[in-house]
Amino acid sequence: MSLFSDPRWHEALTHLPDYLGNHLRVSITALALGLVVSLPLAILSRNRPVLRGALLGLASIVQTVPGLALLALFYPLLLAFAALTLSWFGFGFSAFGFLPAVLALALYSMLPVLRNTITGLRGIDPAIIEAAQGVGMTPRQSLLTVELPLALPVMMAGIRTAAVWVIGTATLSTPIGQTSLGNYIFAGLQTQNWVFVLFGCAAAALLALAVDQLLALIEAGIANRSRLRAALGGIGIAALVAATLVPAMTQPASTYIVGAKTFAEQYVLSSLVAQRLRAAGLPASTREGLGSNVIYDALVSGDIDVYVDYSGTLWANQFHRSDNKPREQLLAELKTILAQQKVTLLGELGFANAYALLMPRQRAEALGIHSISDLVSHAHDMSIAADYEFFSRPEWTGIRKTYRLAFRAQRQMQPDFMYAAVASGEVDVIAGYTSDGLIAKYDLVVLDDDRHAIPPYDAIVLLAPKRADDQALRTALQPLLGKIDIATMRAANLRAAGNDGASSPDAVARWLWAKVGK
Amino acid sequence: MPGSPLIGFTHVAKSFDGGRVRAVDDVSLGVAEGEFLAIVGGSGSGKTTLLRLANRLIDADAGRITVEGEDVREGNPIRLRRRIGYVFQSGGLFPHMSVSGNIGITPKLLGMPAAEIAARVDELLELIRLDRAQHRDRMPHELSGGQRQRVGVARALAAKPRIVLMDEPFGALDPLTRDALGDDYRALHKKLGLTTVMITHDMTEAILLADRIAVMRAGRLLAQGTPAELSASPDPYVGELLRTPRRQAERLNTLLPRDSVA
Repeated sequence: MSLFSDPRWHEALTHLPDYLGNHLRVSITALALGLVVSLPLAILSRNRPVLRGALLGLASIVQTVPGLALLALFYPLLLAFAALTLSWFGFGFSAFGFLPAVLALALYSMLPVLRNTITGLRGIDPAIIEAAQGVGMTPRQSLLTVELPLALPVMMAGIRTAAVWVIGTATLSTPIGQTSLGNYIFAGLQTQNWVFVLFGCAAAALLALAVDQLLALIEAGIANRSRLRAALGGIGIAALVAATLVPAMTQPASTYIVGAKTFAEQYVLSSLVAQRLRAAGLPASTREGLGSNVIYDALVSGDIDVYVDYSGTLWANQFHRSDNKPREQLLAELKTILAQQKVTLLGELGFANAYALLMPRQRAEALGIHSISDLVSHAHDMSIAADYEFFSRPEWTGIRKTYRLAFRAQRQMQPDFMYAAVASGEVDVIAGYTSDGLIAKYDLVVLDDDRHAIPPYDAIVLLAPKRADDQALRTALQPLLGKIDIATMRAANLRAAGNDGASSPDAVARWLWAKVGK
Repeated sequence: MPGSPLIGFTHVAKSFDGGRVRAVDDVSLGVAEGEFLAIVGGSGSGKTTLLRLANRLIDADAGRITVEGEDVREGNPIRLRRRIGYVFQSGGLFPHMSVSGNIGITPKLLGMPAAEIAARVDELLELIRLDRAQHRDRMPHELSGGQRQRVGVARALAAKPRIVLMDEPFGALDPLTRDALGDDYRALHKKLGLTTVMITHDMTEAILLADRIAVMRAGRLLAQGTPAELSASPDPYVGELLRTPRRQAERLNTLLPRDSVA
């Protein structure tokens, strides 16, 4: 069996026009915007030390913000701004996807362009600038015909650096809703699909390399006065710009967009929902890897049409409720709150994906631990691991308060790794998810929440306000409601965690439908 | 000096660094039409500052500067510079432009049609005795120092100025090239009826090329006049400056047999 006979290569390739086109579009727009802002600023500040210092300082600070955080910050910022323009001027705009990605990436591209343009312009022999004045050039003529051409090699080096940075960082725009080559990487990491991860990384690297070489060609063409080279480089860039129009053409005009958060179960469920819609004759596409802070707002503003969330997550994180209610009551109340925002709670899928404290079965039995209450007396010399958000979530505060639970150490981990970590004894307890297939695989037990500190987490289907009266959509999704029990979902998640052709979200979703769609 | 001078400095002063450095201190000096004036002085004497004041590369703090009878402060500095030729130290050529691009720059700025510029460039290459076909498309870094300076002179003359200002134009050249270039320029000055102000630190060069010499030291004008008038100056610094060429002339007279001088 050769490396490339894996069906996932083919699946990766079918996504390429969409992912690559979107990636290019966001990168090139951001780079162009970055240049349009940075070049005049650099020219303006070259002889003004205070402005120059302030600009370079600011750009350096932006650079120290991790790309993922910078992108994520722009989303709420734009969301607030869109709300302002809506109330003041009567129009809003989508704070989702393209716009925040372009703004954040443009900001990111500014440092190398600013720094190299200023360095290039200031590096010119003052005698040459005086000569330009002496032959009777205006400051503008001196800038355009002498200073900029002489600074061009250094400037181009900065532009090339910016291009490579932007193309690389654009892979991080997936969680704020911008489709990019990062979709491969995020999906691949979450579903342990290393083919996707490799494919995404290689595609982004090749694209960065290609753009860098095209810019080098233009630079050499200008430096050697070779029209041919400059033209070839220009044609290459133009072809890339044309390629960015591909996703616009391949996407049907009115498509149902199914959102998914950044973990495997969500990838599977969004595939399942999209498959059901297509089966009903409705065009559907998925928007995956969305941050859990982004996805609900995206639904409310209509950037996505439907997604699956969990009752407890919305209760605690979205609506900041710290009280805990029995399952039915919480669902009923949630439905009312959602209705106030014109979001439809279509129904429950049938399983809950709650946070739960997990231990290896043998160890729990040996220590006589069955519930969280039993754990309390052992916890002070035990360590606990959880995903990146758990320890800052209200559930953790609730558990600690209710049980007076204190561990010796807390560790944050990639969710896929913590199950193995607890099974091997590297940590003693993990905060896992009840629907995770790895519970069975590693023979773990769910500790009973005997004092009801953890809210219920029923998987629920939410519809965007604009789809509230969409009967076709409701009918298409009806067969899924109440059909997926916890055992089925665990089995599906275990499949998705596999590392072969049958583990892609699409394949698992088809398997799941075969099980429940009778 | 009959009539008003073509370039006139009246009680001109200029200081730098917020008044701490007085580069030009109360200088009054006139340059008559058709005259070749050399300004001689050591480094820091203010001679280059004085030259840059004339085409407003810098502006004076006090005093009045006139060019062709007009106060330079009243006109547009860009237009002023376009009608004055300026030859920079070691050429000051634009490294990214060819020889013809450099020479044609001021006519181009003045909006002369391309064909006329090309003809003018050829004419000037001839004038400064550079082979057209060979040099027109070369880049500055492909030229020798002497050739670069010739192109610098051609660029200064391109827009047919009446006035040429030269800032130590031959200073960095070897003696033979320097001599040839000096003689060639002197001939051009005469042939084209130019008015030339040349900065130099070399009194011998000044005596050989200029009609009149002005001596500057620490921002002040110490003396001005023909070489003969200068030798009568009581100023010890002027005497010092003149001693070197005189001694050289005497030594050369004794060392070289008379009949070998052509």
